[in-house]
Amino acid sequence: MSGLTASGASSLSARSPSDAVYDVAIVGAGDVGCAIARELARFDLRIALIEAGPDVGAGTSKANTAILHTGFDAKPGTLEARLVARGHDLLMSYADEVGIPVERTGALLVAWSDDERERFGAIRENAERCGYDRVADISTEELYRREPHLGPGALGALAVPDEHIVCPFTPPLAYATQAVLAGVDLRRSEAVSGLERRDGRWLLETSRGRLAADWVVNAAGLRSDEVHAMAGHQGFTVTPRRGELLVYDKLARPLLRHTILPVPTATTKGVLVAPTVFGNVMLGPTAVDVDRKDDTSSTPDGIAYLLSLVGRLVPDLAREEVTAVYVGLRAATEHGDYQLGVDGEDGYAWAGGIRSTGLTASMAIAEHVRDELDRAGLALRDRNGGLPSIRMPNIGEAGPRPFAQPEAIMADSEYGHIVCFCERVTRGEIRDTAVSPVPPADLDGLRRRTRVLMGRCQGFFCGAHVLEMFAEQSGRSPEDLTELPR
Amino acid sequence: MSQPGVRRETCEAAIVGGGPAGLAAAASLRRAGADRVVVLDREAEPGGIPRHAKHQGFGIRDLRRAMSGPAYAARLAELASSAGAEIRAESQVTGWCDDGTLEITSPGGRYELAAKAVVLATGCRERPRSARLVAGSRPQGVMTTGTLQQLVYLHGERPGRRAVVVGAEHVSFSALLTLSHGGARAVAMVTELPRHQTLAAFRLGAAIRYRVPFHTRTAISGIRGRTRVEAIELSDLDTGETRELECDLVVFTADWIPDHELAVLAGVELDPLTRGPAVDAGLRTSRPGTFAAGNVNHGAETADIASLSGSHVASAVIRHLDGEPWPESRVPIRCEPPLGWIAPNLLAAAGTAPPSGRFLVRASQVVRRPQVEVAQDGRRLWSGRLRRLGPGRSTSLPANWTGRVETSGGPVTVGLSASAGKLL
Repeated sequence: MSGLTASGASSLSARSPSDAVYDVAIVGAGDVGCAIARELARFDLRIALIEAGPDVGAGTSKANTAILHTGFDAKPGTLEARLVARGHDLLMSYADEVGIPVERTGALLVAWSDDERERFGAIRENAERCGYDRVADISTEELYRREPHLGPGALGALAVPDEHIVCPFTPPLAYATQAVLAGVDLRRSEAVSGLERRDGRWLLETSRGRLAADWVVNAAGLRSDEVHAMAGHQGFTVTPRRGELLVYDKLARPLLRHTILPVPTATTKGVLVAPTVFGNVMLGPTAVDVDRKDDTSSTPDGIAYLLSLVGRLVPDLAREEVTAVYVGLRAATEHGDYQLGVDGEDGYAWAGGIRSTGLTASMAIAEHVRDELDRAGLALRDRNGGLPSIRMPNIGEAGPRPFAQPEAIMADSEYGHIVCFCERVTRGEIRDTAVSPVPPADLDGLRRRTRVLMGRCQGFFCGAHVLEMFAEQSGRSPEDLTELPR
Repeated sequence: MSQPGVRRETCEAAIVGGGPAGLAAAASLRRAGADRVVVLDREAEPGGIPRHAKHQGFGIRDLRRAMSGPAYAARLAELASSAGAEIRAESQVTGWCDDGTLEITSPGGRYELAAKAVVLATGCRERPRSARLVAGSRPQGVMTTGTLQQLVYLHGERPGRRAVVVGAEHVSFSALLTLSHGGARAVAMVTELPRHQTLAAFRLGAAIRYRVPFHTRTAISGIRGRTRVEAIELSDLDTGETRELECDLVVFTADWIPDHELAVLAGVELDPLTRGPAVDAGLRTSRPGTFAAGNVNHGAETADIASLSGSHVASAVIRHLDGEPWPESRVPIRCEPPLGWIAPNLLAAAGTAPPSGRFLVRASQVVRRPQVEVAQDGRRLWSGRLRRLGPGRSTSLPANWTGRVETSGGPVTVGLSASAGKLL
């Protein structure tokens, strides 16, 4: 390796984690950054995947609607339309390959007024222009046959048979796991604070020191505009758009078979109600532009608004308990499309303004970025062995989970020790995370990997036990894990 | 669904949940002659909630002595064991096979247990912050009393420094005690109600001992803090004014909901008001062979009341095992506002007595010296004055009127005299 500069060599060495040299530094380990890291890990490259947060997928990626979009409602001709369509197919087969929970529910787009009903033609036409030709009109009678608990007053629906539900947590973990196994250096809890191009190479100033890279790929999500500016570019500004979501108790799951979509308006896709792969029912999101990129607070108004819709959508849901209230911030920009580009001269690529469709499109975005980098001169030589094959632990309801597998418990009794009663998470699964390639850094990370503490009791029965177990296996104190001020 | 290759066992009575109700049911069933009684408890030790409620005062009504929670839990487990019941810890019933057999996961394996009678004694839990729809951020340091007690008493942790207790029922005062054991100072106790819902002595004791500012008619309307709770927002329900209060721990107490998952999965009918299984005086649910005892029927009563409910269920279980037919139709008991719920809430054969010979009643607001009336089809069955009705703790309603219920008649209504009078 050529090293940085003669003068910098004393402080910069590839062996020290804080002063390392890479071919590519990817900033941001959400769905998009992790997918790009995985895609580039196929090649003979030294790659850093740098994440300001404590974990992969711990920012905006963890609080999306978990819909595997077909792109039927995208704007024809946009990058987003193309990449969502392609990403849907890529993620479907990847999910099958590595064990990401997916349920093939399909969606029903329901009209509640004549005006909305009249827009069906335009929606179908739009879908076809986006390359999706399986949208079908269904009668009101058929709609209620498929969804008997839907509120009264619906005036027909469009079926979107490939609009499925997916686990929101496993995809970035799977990408990162494969990337790390292929040699990518995952650097968590490290915020990039400055970028400087010097002698044909990037110097990255971070909260943990400095590192150098020939190429920087910006996948910083909500902060992608800031990283863009650090790299000397302009062209988009991220305005976080708050989306509040209510997750209903699993006992509500029989109320719903498909994702129920509203007829979209010019400004928003609207509030949907959908089953989740964990067996809950989800309602949301709201859409309110906010000022702060770290304000993931729910609001009384947002919650009240969502509750006000229940009576019309699925009245029986009003009787059910709410298990969780989530807030996601979408990285919306002033543009109607993803912001993707490469500056070959400066060794810089960006993937910004990726909104709620980012999970679906992530693998296609990664392909796109790979091709752009290739064209811009990044040498892509196949890595020996390619990507290692992996199998992620199943945390979805559609597939078998360890507690219900007699053979798994027979082979290892830890899978018979249920710790989290509501979600039926076993001691074996919690233990396994500690030795996984991307172990959890905090309780929230443990939750996303196992579903522990995600259930209706929210820790009433097992919170203290889980905390103690995790403290023991991660070598941290419970006070530290619960952020108790000293 | 029955899984191929999974071991199947049989027993006479399976009791799901090894808390006070389940353990008392097991002991009573054995004493009454049931042959093979198995208690399934998902925790590492049986005993239920009292295991981590370290204060005194357990066992008064059932064991006729005052004990600490853990001692009481151990004693009930011992009584069940020595009566010949088999207690299986770390055994969670995760669902039902199509034929009503229980599906169980334990470190010893996954298996099925077929029982002639199943007693659901799964207890209740406090609604967490999310179910109460409290807005704000989602930092560490927000928990229920259940978590708090386990942190402090089972794991020896210090839960926080400055705590706010939400709620003012018995358990809320127990949370105050736990906080003090865990080295935390309670900086406020808030309730939306106009007054506390515990015994005056508890309230007075807390005021003197912990000097906790007590805010009635106050709601917690927001939680702030990035990684750890930094403050909460309090709203005065009368004036609408809000203010912030710094704290690093918020304990959501009471607001109980029955842990009714297995009942729902079995297709057992729930009472819309208690949210527990609808049960008759013998604690029989809508599903033949399935019984429900203790706090799964109505949210939290004290442990000794739950235990007495467990002892009570044994006689109906024994009659079922002896071949008594399951009642085909039962008369529902309906509460009229401001009454909140009544349990038991079905009447089968006339003359059957509920646990301890009384019904439990709660109201959505406090009513002093209420004149209560029980009626059926315009016919007054009982009328009398009760001491007090309220939301936080139950009032006993005598059961001496059940013999006058027409089992083929309409629903029995229970209400305050004025409203009941209108019906007549």
